[in-house]
Amino acid sequence: MIGGRSWKSVLVFSALASSAAAQMTDNLVKIGVLNDQSGLYADLSGQGSVLAAKLAVEDFGGKVDGTPIEVIFADHQNKPDVGSNIARQWFDVDKVDAIVDVPTSSVALAINEVTKSKNKVFLVSGAAASDLTGKACSPNTVHWTYDTWALANGTGKAVVKAGGDTWFFLTADYAFGQALERDVTAVVKANGGKVLGSVRHPLNASDFSSFLLQAQASKAKVIGLANAGGDTINTIKAASEFGIVKGGQKLAGLLVFITDIHALGLKVSQGLQLSSAFYWDRDDKTRAWSKRFSDRMNKREPSMVQAGVYSAVLHYLKAVQSLKSDADGKAVVDKMKQMPTDDPIFGKGSIRVDGRKIHPMYLYEVKSPAESKKPWDYYKLVREIPANEAFRPLSESECPLVKK
Amino acid sequence: MIFGISPQALMSQLLVGLINGSFYAMLSLGLAIIFGLLNIVNFAHGALYTLGAFVAWFLLEYAGIGYWGALLLSPLVVGLVGALIERTMLKRLHGLDPLYGLLLTFGLALIIQGLFLNAYGSSGLPYSIPEALSGGRDLGFMFLPNYRAWVIVFSVAICIATWYVTERTRLGSYLRAATENPILVQAFGVNVPWMITITYAIGVALAALAGVMAAPIYRVSPLMGSEMIIVVFAVVVIGGMGSIMGSIVTGFALGVIEGLTKVFYPEASNVVVFVIMALVLMVKSSGLFGKAA
Repeated sequence: MIGGRSWKSVLVFSALASSAAAQMTDNLVKIGVLNDQSGLYADLSGQGSVLAAKLAVEDFGGKVDGTPIEVIFADHQNKPDVGSNIARQWFDVDKVDAIVDVPTSSVALAINEVTKSKNKVFLVSGAAASDLTGKACSPNTVHWTYDTWALANGTGKAVVKAGGDTWFFLTADYAFGQALERDVTAVVKANGGKVLGSVRHPLNASDFSSFLLQAQASKAKVIGLANAGGDTINTIKAASEFGIVKGGQKLAGLLVFITDIHALGLKVSQGLQLSSAFYWDRDDKTRAWSKRFSDRMNKREPSMVQAGVYSAVLHYLKAVQSLKSDADGKAVVDKMKQMPTDDPIFGKGSIRVDGRKIHPMYLYEVKSPAESKKPWDYYKLVREIPANEAFRPLSESECPLVKK
Repeated sequence: MIFGISPQALMSQLLVGLINGSFYAMLSLGLAIIFGLLNIVNFAHGALYTLGAFVAWFLLEYAGIGYWGALLLSPLVVGLVGALIERTMLKRLHGLDPLYGLLLTFGLALIIQGLFLNAYGSSGLPYSIPEALSGGRDLGFMFLPNYRAWVIVFSVAICIATWYVTERTRLGSYLRAATENPILVQAFGVNVPWMITITYAIGVALAALAGVMAAPIYRVSPLMGSEMIIVVFAVVVIGGMGSIMGSIVTGFALGVIEGLTKVFYPEASNVVVFVIMALVLMVKSSGLFGKAA
C-alpha cells in the first residue's frame, strides 16, 4: 500500500506539474459515457446519453484549447462490479478523463469511489441516490440532473398535500429504491402523513401483481413506486389491470421518465404526477435542442437524464477550457463549482460545495389522450419548484465537504 | 391467519402465482417438445416468444388486426419462421452433439433480441387488453382481471391439448417413434425430416402464442424473452428434460411457489426457482418427471 500511495503522489505531482505547463493529458480530452445500453434503463439513458454528450462536444466546437475531444461509451449492465471494472480500465488504460451519466445508483456509488481514488471527474446524470451528495459525497463528483431528495420534495410532497397521508411503498431492492423510500418517508412524516409498510422487490422483476395485491391489502391511500424504468412501467400497467386506482388508492410514481410514459401510453398513465428537471416541450430553447436530438435518435424525445448529460458535459468542457488542463480531476470539479452554469436547456444555475447542481425542478401531470395534440405531447405543468427549494438544503447535508 | 397473512390474501397470491405459472408452462411445454422429440436445446425460445408479441403488435399497428386475429396469425407466422430456421440451419446440425444446436439457437436469440432492441428500444411498446376481456370481477378475496382469468383457462386448455396430441394420437405416436428410431419409421413411409420440421414449428408456435398472451399483461418489449428464458429453462430442468407432463405441472407449480415467495420473502423471489432447481438436481438429476438416463 505504501508503494501504491507514493506512486499516486508521484502521479499527482506530475499532474500538477503538467497543469502548470497548461497541457491536456495525452493530448486528448476523453469523456466516457457509462450506462445501461441494453437493459431496463437503456431507453432513458443508453445511446441517447451518448448522443447528448456528442451534441455537447459539437456545440463546444469539438476541441478544448486546440485539443480534440473524444466520446466513448460502455454498458455497465446495471451491475456495480461490471461498472467499476470498466471505470478502472477507462482511467488506467484508456486515458478517460471524465465518466458521465451512470444510471443505477448502486453502480454510481461504486464509480464515485473509483473516480475519487484516481482523481478523475464523475458527472452523474442518471443515478438518483441523494447519498452521492450526502454521506458519500466526493470532491471529484458533480450530481447534475435530479436526486431522490428532489423527487421526494416534488412528487412526494405534492401527493401528501393533496390528502394522501397514508403510504405503502413498492421499492426496488437496491441503493436507489432504498434511498428514494427513505427520502419520501421523511417528507411524508414531516407533512403529517404515515407509512403503513413497504415491499422490496428485486430489480427487473417482470410481474408486479403479487406486490400490488400486498399494497392493496395495506389499505394505504397512496402506493408509492420507489422504482424506475421497466419496473415502473410494469407496475403501473398491472395496477391499471387490477383496478387499484378505481378501488380508491392513488399511485405515486416517484421517478417516472418520459420514455416510461411513451411505453405505457397515455390511456394507462394519464393523471399521473411526476417530477422532472427537463421536459422537451417546455420552451423554445428546449424544443430546439430536443429537435436536434430526436432527428438523430429515431424521433425519440430526450429524457431528463439525457438532457442532463448534455448540460453536464458542456459545463465540464468550459471548466477544462478555463483551467487549460484536464489533468487534476479535483481541480476541474472545483473550477466547475466556481463557474456559474449556463446552457440552453437548463438555463442559469450553479454547483454547490457538496457537488449538487442547482436548478429548478418541475412538477408535471400526464395529459389525457384527448389533451395530447402531437407525438410525445405528454406533460402539462402543475408547478415550478424554484431552484432554492428544489434540492436538499446544505444545512441538512451529511456531506463532509460542507463546513458547518 | 396462516403464517401472518390472511387466508384471503393467500388465496389471491396463489391465483396470481398460477397466472405466472401458465406462461412458464406454455413456454416450457414448447421447449420440452422440441428437446424430447428433436434433441435440440432451443435457446431461441425466448426470442421467438418476443417475436410472437411483436408480430401481434405489427398486426395491430400496420394491418389493424387486433388481439383475436393475432392469437391465430402470430403463432402461424412464427411457426413458419421456425420451419425456416429448422430447414436452413438446425437440420445441418442433426446428429451432432446437442451443444451445437444450443450455440446456434443462442446466437439466433441474441440476433433477434438485438435487432428489436435497436429498432424499438428497451422500454417496449404498449398493447391494450382486448375490449371483451377488459375489466374484472370481484371474487370476494381479490379483484381478478378478466384477462388474467382468460390466460389461465386458455393456457390450461392448450397444455392439455398438446399433451393429448403427443401422447394419445397417431400423429403423436409417429413423432415419438421417429425420435426412437428414425430409420425404421422412415422405412414405413413416413417423411421423418418434414415431421421434425413441423414439430419444431409447433414448438416455437407455442412460444409465439405465449408471447401474444403476454403482450397485454406486460408490454411488447425486446427484453421480455430474455427475462423469461432462464427461468423457463430452470422449469424444464426441474420437470425433467423432454417430459411434456413434467413441464406443464412444474410450470404451474413454480409459478405458485414464486408467487408465495413474493409474499413471505420478496427479496428472494427472483432466485427461488434456481434454488429449487439446485435442490432437485441434487436429489434426482433427471428431474422430477424425467426418466433416468
